[in-house]
Amino acid sequence: MADVCYDEATCIYAGADRPAVDALNLDIKDGEFVVLVGPSGSGKSTALRMLAGLEEIDAGSIRIGGRDMVGVPSRDRDIAMVFQNYALYPNKTVAENMGFSLKMHGVSKEERQRRVREAARLLDLEPLLGRKPKHLSGGQRQRVAMGRAIVREPQVFCMDEPLSNLDAKLRVQTRTQIAALQRRLGVTTVYVTHDQVEAMTMGDRVAVLRDGRLQQFATPGELYDRPVNLFVAGFIGSPAMNQLNVDVDAGALRVGETVVPLSAAQATAVAGLSRVTLGVRPEHLSVGGGELKLQVDLVEELGSDSYVYGHLVAEPDTSLVARAGRGRFRMGETVGIGFDPGQLHLFHPDSGERLGP
Amino acid sequence: MMAATDTLAAPPRAATRPTPAIRRRRRPGIGNVVWGVVAWLVGILFFFPVLWMVLSSFKTEAAAYTNVPQFVFSPTLAEYRHVFSSGVGSYFLNSAIATVVSVVAVLLLGTPAAFALSLRPIKKTSDALFFFLSTKMLPIVAAIIPLFVAAEAVHMLDNVWTLVILYTAMNLPIAVWMMRSFLLEVPSELLEAAEMDGARLWRSLREVILPVVSPGLAATALICAIFAWNEFFFAVNITAARAATVPVFLVGFISSQGLYWAQLAAAATIATLPVVLAGWVAQRQLVRGLSFGAIK
Repeated sequence: MADVCYDEATCIYAGADRPAVDALNLDIKDGEFVVLVGPSGSGKSTALRMLAGLEEIDAGSIRIGGRDMVGVPSRDRDIAMVFQNYALYPNKTVAENMGFSLKMHGVSKEERQRRVREAARLLDLEPLLGRKPKHLSGGQRQRVAMGRAIVREPQVFCMDEPLSNLDAKLRVQTRTQIAALQRRLGVTTVYVTHDQVEAMTMGDRVAVLRDGRLQQFATPGELYDRPVNLFVAGFIGSPAMNQLNVDVDAGALRVGETVVPLSAAQATAVAGLSRVTLGVRPEHLSVGGGELKLQVDLVEELGSDSYVYGHLVAEPDTSLVARAGRGRFRMGETVGIGFDPGQLHLFHPDSGERLGP
Repeated sequence: MMAATDTLAAPPRAATRPTPAIRRRRRPGIGNVVWGVVAWLVGILFFFPVLWMVLSSFKTEAAAYTNVPQFVFSPTLAEYRHVFSSGVGSYFLNSAIATVVSVVAVLLLGTPAAFALSLRPIKKTSDALFFFLSTKMLPIVAAIIPLFVAAEAVHMLDNVWTLVILYTAMNLPIAVWMMRSFLLEVPSELLEAAEMDGARLWRSLREVILPVVSPGLAATALICAIFAWNEFFFAVNITAARAATVPVFLVGFISSQGLYWAQLAAAATIATLPVVLAGWVAQRQLVRGLSFGAIK
């Protein structure tokens, strides 16, 4: 086990006009579960592959346990990886798949069998040890891929969207299993996903990437409560945070005809600006009891509660979503909505950077 | 699939009649019958010459010549005996050496090339591939004189190893293209997984990649073997008594005294057998190899 440090790590693909990963800095503590998340093309997979030694580090460095990995081949990094398509060896049995790396490292046959059995027991794979991958279900293959990684007892686990080939139910189930397994083994883990729910539920800390650049590296709670910019605010949370461009008027916000008061710290932060982008999460809009009038365009019933989609009567080209109790509102009706001043996020209208606390 | 849909769509049977456990097969329509007949005709048309060759090989020379062809005759092995006594052994040996050694050489040289051109591509990969293919664009006739002169200069005329070299060169482009298409089907993660597991390149190739592409390897080997075994032009031009191969031997039966049908048929049947056998042995691998992408 070891800590992992990305130090200005950069990767440039031949012929690309900008780096796939641009001066990435991450300090991952020993035993930590870190999730890299971002839309496709954000460089999250590339960042992981740089750690695994499958992509060149063109500038900066990556250190594992303090050792610089620039120029060190994958096989000497003591890393195990779980691939999106699992990459199981089709001609080998489950046991051989899991034992292959031990064999490559010259571990004796008895020791190999003992460790494979141990890992198989942990993952409920014992009855499958003699089977070939083509005779396994998707979930079983996924577990074999996990088993192949843990049997090595590596310093770091790299996981590249390991759940994306599973169906929705199995994905949720496996998600908790992987997280629990990682906590139990205590191996430093870097996990790549495009699914922000996976990121939020699994990671000790989450790194949000966009266009090869790190946007924010923080705990799930902090990402949700204090996104550093509009991109993170919009990416984390589902449905996404509402964003409204509003006027600033004497230390308060003017939304349509309504004035939303700001706290002292917020007022200081917006001083000198005439407009800001206001961010409010759907659950922080109170439906049915506010001054602003919302025309309801669509109601999504989720069972436990519902999401109300609509636009402000005063500003028809806005679009808002709010969480409400179930069955209370109907399409076409006009309802009042209110803001909780303590739950507002303010962003610079041009740069999108967070303003104030 | 169609039959199942039709059964589902069919009106329910009378309640008194028990539902048969086995679904009635759909009766073939008139269109299907026509296509079936056409398919059989085409099949027979293709297979007939081969059948005729095999039949003729069991006839006497006189019976093979009858103007109304005989389908019923008393079979004899006389012509086979005659072929074997005419020294076919050395021709077979030459063909076998030229084929086996050239196929092994092609696989040894072509597989790494195909590997590099598929899993480790570089900027000039497509140029290299085109170059391989372009060597097949020159008619062999255009190359035979320089080849003859070159072989003569190094005293390798009528030498089976010259054929080995030529057949290797002849089949290499095809093998590289074929092997490349099989290797392209291999997910690159497989190689990466092996590397992360601590395997060096050679070990990953041997333990992970080659078992996956072995059907492709078999298909490539078989195609190259057929081409080498059947090759006639080089063999007839640069070999004489010592290094001549089976196709050259066959042509020997078309002599100035006329055609010996039965003998030629017997010899041709013998010449065909190894390829047919190889194809039969490799059949399963071959089908898997040729439909590699479809069943991944």
